Amino acid sequence: MTAISPPAAQPSAVGRARQWLRDRNVPPVYGILVIIFIVAILLDAFFGIDDELFILNQTILTNILVRSVALGIVAVGQTFVMVGASIDLSVAYLISVTAVGASYLMAGDPNRVWWTVLVLFVVGIVVGLINGTLITRLRINSLIATLGVGLILRGLLNATFENFAGSVPASFQTFAYGTIGPLPISVLVLFLVVLAGWFVLRRMRYGSHLYAVGGSEEVARLSGLRTERVLTMAHVICSVTAVLTGLFVVSRLRAGAPWVGTDGLYDLESIAATVIGGTALSGGKGGVWGTLAGVLIFSILDTMFNQIGIDAYMKQILRGAIIILAVGFYTFRSKAEQG
Amino acid sequence: MAESFLTEVVEPVAPTPPVARDVAPVLAVEGVTKRFPGVVALDDVSVEFYPGEVHAVVGENGAGKSTLMKVLAGAYRPDSGTIRLDGAPVVFNHPSEAQAAGISIIYQEFNLLPERTVMENIFLGREPHRFGVIDYGRLEEDTLAVLKRLEAEALISPTALLGGLSVAQQQVVEIAKALSYDAKVLIMDEPTAALAQQEVAVLTALVRRLQARGIAIIFISHRLVEVFELAQRVTVLKDGQKVATAPTKDVTMSKIVEMMVGRVLSDYFPERARPEDIGAMALRLSGAGNAALRDIDLELRAGEIVGVAGLQGSGRTALAQAIFGVQPFQSGAMEIHGRAELFRTPAQAIRNRFGYVTEDRKYEGLTLKQPINDNIMLTLRSLRAKLSRAFRNGTRADRDLAVELAQRVDVRAPGMDREVQFLSGGNQQKVVLAKWLATDARVLIFDEPTRGIDVEAKASIHERIRELARAGAAVLMISSELPEVIGMSDRIVVMWDGTIVGELPAGAGEADIMHLATGFAESSRNEEKSV
Repeated sequence: MTAISPPAAQPSAVGRARQWLRDRNVPPVYGILVIIFIVAILLDAFFGIDDELFILNQTILTNILVRSVALGIVAVGQTFVMVGASIDLSVAYLISVTAVGASYLMAGDPNRVWWTVLVLFVVGIVVGLINGTLITRLRINSLIATLGVGLILRGLLNATFENFAGSVPASFQTFAYGTIGPLPISVLVLFLVVLAGWFVLRRMRYGSHLYAVGGSEEVARLSGLRTERVLTMAHVICSVTAVLTGLFVVSRLRAGAPWVGTDGLYDLESIAATVIGGTALSGGKGGVWGTLAGVLIFSILDTMFNQIGIDAYMKQILRGAIIILAVGFYTFRSKAEQG
Repeated sequence: MAESFLTEVVEPVAPTPPVARDVAPVLAVEGVTKRFPGVVALDDVSVEFYPGEVHAVVGENGAGKSTLMKVLAGAYRPDSGTIRLDGAPVVFNHPSEAQAAGISIIYQEFNLLPERTVMENIFLGREPHRFGVIDYGRLEEDTLAVLKRLEAEALISPTALLGGLSVAQQQVVEIAKALSYDAKVLIMDEPTAALAQQEVAVLTALVRRLQARGIAIIFISHRLVEVFELAQRVTVLKDGQKVATAPTKDVTMSKIVEMMVGRVLSDYFPERARPEDIGAMALRLSGAGNAALRDIDLELRAGEIVGVAGLQGSGRTALAQAIFGVQPFQSGAMEIHGRAELFRTPAQAIRNRFGYVTEDRKYEGLTLKQPINDNIMLTLRSLRAKLSRAFRNGTRADRDLAVELAQRVDVRAPGMDREVQFLSGGNQQKVVLAKWLATDARVLIFDEPTRGIDVEAKASIHERIRELARAGAAVLMISSELPEVIGMSDRIVVMWDGTIVGELPAGAGEADIMHLATGFAESSRNEEKSV
């Protein structure tokens, strides 16, 4: 349409902006993010419980970002899995395992930090390999396979620990509470994880292959890709991000309990954030920047709800509505594109 | 016309293709046989394919063309026989092995990723990289180089998203992908089926360029006109056997048609309708059309079976779907029982007592995991108020009706609670039939009613269809099997290129039908006009 239009007819400013964004592959979810941000400011201005606007308050803004770290890291991993047209429901349980494992193994001793972290990452890799093997070799549906693995992890954990076990040393809590200048270290870590995720997905062969496997396993296989390996690797990456999230959570709480992962709803919310970010459940499209926006949307909503004093149940209802709206919007859009 | 075309194409490439051949075949098939349960799909077939030559493989539906292509491309392994590539015997376990060896195949359904760019698609799995990081600059250059070899660099940008391209452009990307594997042999399955007229010209030019590079091109086509335009050599398959391979300049189209048909009619078919059996007009189409169809004129009366013949892609199924409201007509008029009516949805058609036995019973006709009785009652239950047949789920009347219908169509199963997925193809089809009996359909459309059904059950289905007509139903029966169309129909209409190109009386010959169905009649008519 634009190609045929005469040069005299300049596209509108909105049209040009839209084209600019499209040329740079900016996920449409950033539109939603901006809208929600504006709505949050307006709501805060009219209904806020204190006089100050949260947008002007650096503590609150930082808080929004810190709130995003735990979910954000694991959501990057979930994005990998979902780009490959799979899903991982075991992440919440793996986060619990990591949190409890870290506080138990470290037992407040700074000297035990490094090998504990190493052990936990190995655990993550093993869980990822198990998930991937079940799905790609035994051909078990990913929903069932990862749910099963998750339940096994929970069983193992509950059989061993009933409550908070041990604690992490103060030095390890720097991960959650330390800052470099005004920037919290944890936010920096989240940003680095997203950046790494983007680089792998969009700049490396592995990413290209993962999109192919998710887009059409048949096409990928006929092009000579080892689709099983590609998808298993995605599950390993996802489990590793879950471990990282678990480490952040325990660093914040000082001690891990068996319920921290599941109470944080990291399984369903990481999927929701990924889907809101524009990664299709059917795989083959999407990316980590979209997912980051999805996570930020959740954080802004939470912060705003706190600011204007909406109760916890209402919060859940609104979150649910936003997930449905976002996905409905994508479906509508892709139908419109197909004509 | 074909003559002049041929000299123009062949001259620079292979001056004397057929007689004194000093070129060795790049690909040779020797005595290849491939069996599937109940059918010999390829029976001792031997063909040679030469570099720089376009070789067409033609035949009726089910003649074995697709099987041969899949054997060549490594998708099937032959039961016996040898495939030689450059003289050496080869065995492929997977299409990617054939591709690596230089044999690429382009299916009608493209093997491309719509969400990825052109360059990512062409070099998928072979991206130029440094330590796993893709060198996008080189990827784009390499893609451009491949496109340039096809002289398509102006047509397609390497960075364009594949899903945004037209079907013709996507086909060029497929060809570019094949070429990037250094294909020596390129197989194309019905490459022109999805293309518009001017796009076919682009493809033709492309094929000639590939030919000039010494690539052997094998293409399957139903369109004989194109076969004669493009190919230097043609192989005719029939019932899994090779009838002949000949240079196109030495044969005529009618000779090819003759070779494609001519099977002995040995099956038994029920008696046809007598003139007094044929009743009132049930369905009339005049000038009807939509995206896939044009200028359809058709009359269908109660008590008769009208057979629809035509090759794949001729619009047979589109016609059934248009009548039934799946893909409604957008122009022209439709009349049922004398009043104007156009179905916009299948529900509307069912309410007007139309029934549609689809080509694909497993996905469109049945809910495989449900028992026989639920399948039979499916449509009636969902629309019972509209059909005003009073009954209730789970009552004795409901069960009795299902049993009665199952008996009427002769479903053979251990019990009515048997899941349909465990029935034979023939019995499954009978369940579909019973489903439409339940709604008391007066106009029935059958699309490939006996596909994949064994001989005995076939005869039984044929008998049931005729019984329906005798009971006053109007039947439209689409079939790829010419003996079936000829044996069953009271009249035969032949489709080609989205329209009805002719009507033949009961008992017309296979050759007459094939002449119409291959578009041969159309093209000769055009030639007459131009002379």
